[in-house]
Amino acid sequence: MTGTAGSDIAATVHEKAERIAAGGGSKPRPARDPVNTAMINNWVEAMGDDNPVYTDPEFAASSVHGGLVAPPAMAQVWTMNGLHGRRAEDDPLGAMMTALDEAGFTSVVATNSEQTYHRYLGPGEHVSASTELDGVVGPKRTALGEGFFVTTRTSWLVGDEVVAEMTFKVLKFRPAGSDDGTAGDAGAAPWQGPSGRVVDASERAAGVLRPVISADTEFFWTGTRVGELRIQRWGDTLRHPPGPVDPGGSMEATPDYVVAAGHGTVYSYVVHHNPPVPGKQLPFAVALVELDEGVRVLGELVDADPAEVSIGMSVRAVFLRVDEELTLPAWEVAR
Amino acid sequence: MTLAGKAAIAGIGATEFSKDSGRSELRLASEAVRGALDDAGLAPSDVDGMVTFTMDANAEIAVARELGVGELSFFSRVHYGGGAAAATVQQAAMAVATGAADVVVAYRAFNERSGQRFGQVSSAAAHQVNSSGVDNSFHYPAGIATPAATVAMAAQRYLYEYGATTEDFGRVAVVDRKHAATNPNAWFHGKPISLDEHQASRWIAEPLRLLDCCQETDGGIALVITSAARAKDLPHTPVRVAAAAQGSGTGQYVMTSYYRDELAALPEMGVVGRQLWEQSGLGHSDVDVAVLYDHFTPYVLLQLEELGFCGRGEAKDFITGDTLELHGKLPLNPHGGQLGEAYLHGMNGIAEGVRQIRGSAANQVTGARNVLVTAGTGVPTSGLVLGAYEW
Repeated sequence: MTGTAGSDIAATVHEKAERIAAGGGSKPRPARDPVNTAMINNWVEAMGDDNPVYTDPEFAASSVHGGLVAPPAMAQVWTMNGLHGRRAEDDPLGAMMTALDEAGFTSVVATNSEQTYHRYLGPGEHVSASTELDGVVGPKRTALGEGFFVTTRTSWLVGDEVVAEMTFKVLKFRPAGSDDGTAGDAGAAPWQGPSGRVVDASERAAGVLRPVISADTEFFWTGTRVGELRIQRWGDTLRHPPGPVDPGGSMEATPDYVVAAGHGTVYSYVVHHNPPVPGKQLPFAVALVELDEGVRVLGELVDADPAEVSIGMSVRAVFLRVDEELTLPAWEVAR
Repeated sequence: MTLAGKAAIAGIGATEFSKDSGRSELRLASEAVRGALDDAGLAPSDVDGMVTFTMDANAEIAVARELGVGELSFFSRVHYGGGAAAATVQQAAMAVATGAADVVVAYRAFNERSGQRFGQVSSAAAHQVNSSGVDNSFHYPAGIATPAATVAMAAQRYLYEYGATTEDFGRVAVVDRKHAATNPNAWFHGKPISLDEHQASRWIAEPLRLLDCCQETDGGIALVITSAARAKDLPHTPVRVAAAAQGSGTGQYVMTSYYRDELAALPEMGVVGRQLWEQSGLGHSDVDVAVLYDHFTPYVLLQLEELGFCGRGEAKDFITGDTLELHGKLPLNPHGGQLGEAYLHGMNGIAEGVRQIRGSAANQVTGARNVLVTAGTGVPTSGLVLGAYEW
């Protein structure tokens, strides 16, 4: 992508944004159901909110509300599209997402959501929601990749009365490492972290044994999610697996980490044939890799024919995204 | 003060070794303990101490209740799987030596084949919420999730560094099975194997084959430990605990000590060995029988090196010929080991050591006076030197 083409793309994005914003708010879209006690009961249970003003009619009658009310934070719940729902055609957020997908900014992450509640809602009230595009800022370089911040404003209405409002911001980005705007299938496109590619392994690694994560190791697993192989550092000393105390013995020292380049050689390996292991397809190879940075890290060697694996073989890091929470570090042969 | 000679093993007991015991683990433990007490000529009411593994599912108090053991003044458990085996005798010997208890029973019983099989993937081990669970998070999710796989990683490096082959692993299995073949209590009684059969057996975790892996077994074993003075008046020749020691290495993990400079080594067994030679006043050339923990064959080779029987990487040369056979320089696992007799987490090896000193083993090594017994490898471990009293 050249600089000129980049500014062309940015200009196109902003032009579309202006057009969408000029269209104003979407037509108020009514909630599927009126505010109701069944949904309230389920929601407070899931959230662990035991305020009886939401669930106990007798208590609620004696409260300042004079009867049952819905938790204000449920505003968005009432107008959600449902599991198989579709965005309204005039929804400006949907239009803006499509425009950015077309420009190659295929991935999305929500960054901010601020809600303001003007009054409580009670059972039987029927809310509608209307959304308008507030602004599009970018392109910005972020850790995830280059992208645009898209801000929308949503209002919830009962009749003409605004009962709640929300400012919602997302980053719509082109994953770092993808070289052009052709990655049309949003979400499926692998993207590149500084230590290696993150690839979808939701099917391949389904049911894999999950790590027990402690306060000492959390940074490692946060790193794998963004394609970073983070190695704990105490002063000049790298340490893996990480732990809570300086190998130098200082109880005052605190660690940080380096992000490994993701290159190393196989120090030893196993080809596992039996018994079955959850989240792995038999047979599979696991390699203990000595990183260029000098520490050993274990991971599945995902793309190798077991017969071709050998000690000393060059590998590079790849990251198996199992689900939203878990991404496993792994290896692929450096071909 | 030294522990050497302070305590003796006065009784051994065992259930049959099977693939499906058909009874509870507590019943197995009770039978084994009762058998050991009968063997020692003692009654349950004589027992005032009990030791087992943290992994054992039978609480000391439960076994005590079943057998009518009354008050206990000493009870203890040892951690790290099979690494606990010899350490249960060490705990008992220390209790006897200090007067904390007079008669201590050490036991281990499980339905390890018909119940929870250690050879399968244990999500409970992976997901334990403690420091070991955090350790395991760098191994289990990556696919190193069975004991065989953990050993295979070190074994592969061993082959690479020292030019050994999987046939060298196989030679250990062949000797174990040869000895089991003539031990009526062994699961593989009458079933020796050839090196070709070892090489033809299927892969479990390369470079480990099926015949590199121990039995999965249901059963129980118990030992009675008391003072030398008291043992002297009991029916059997007392077996002297000439040395007992535990060992954990630098940078130690449970089965996955993958981050030390040397991967193809078991320094924790070196820690045990140094103490055993010092306590007993013996050296490796004094050992008449070696009962070396053999859940997986490669670690038998590494133990020979750590214990000083040969230099690093030289075990493949050391074991050639008839070295490990009953009439050889270092008879190995005359009962057939855990590959041939049964996998009782190392406790059956201690019982075999007792029989060798008593002179009552199925495969008796002529004139056996000093027996070395080791516990689980790849984990923090333990060892014993058993001997005869010179009265």
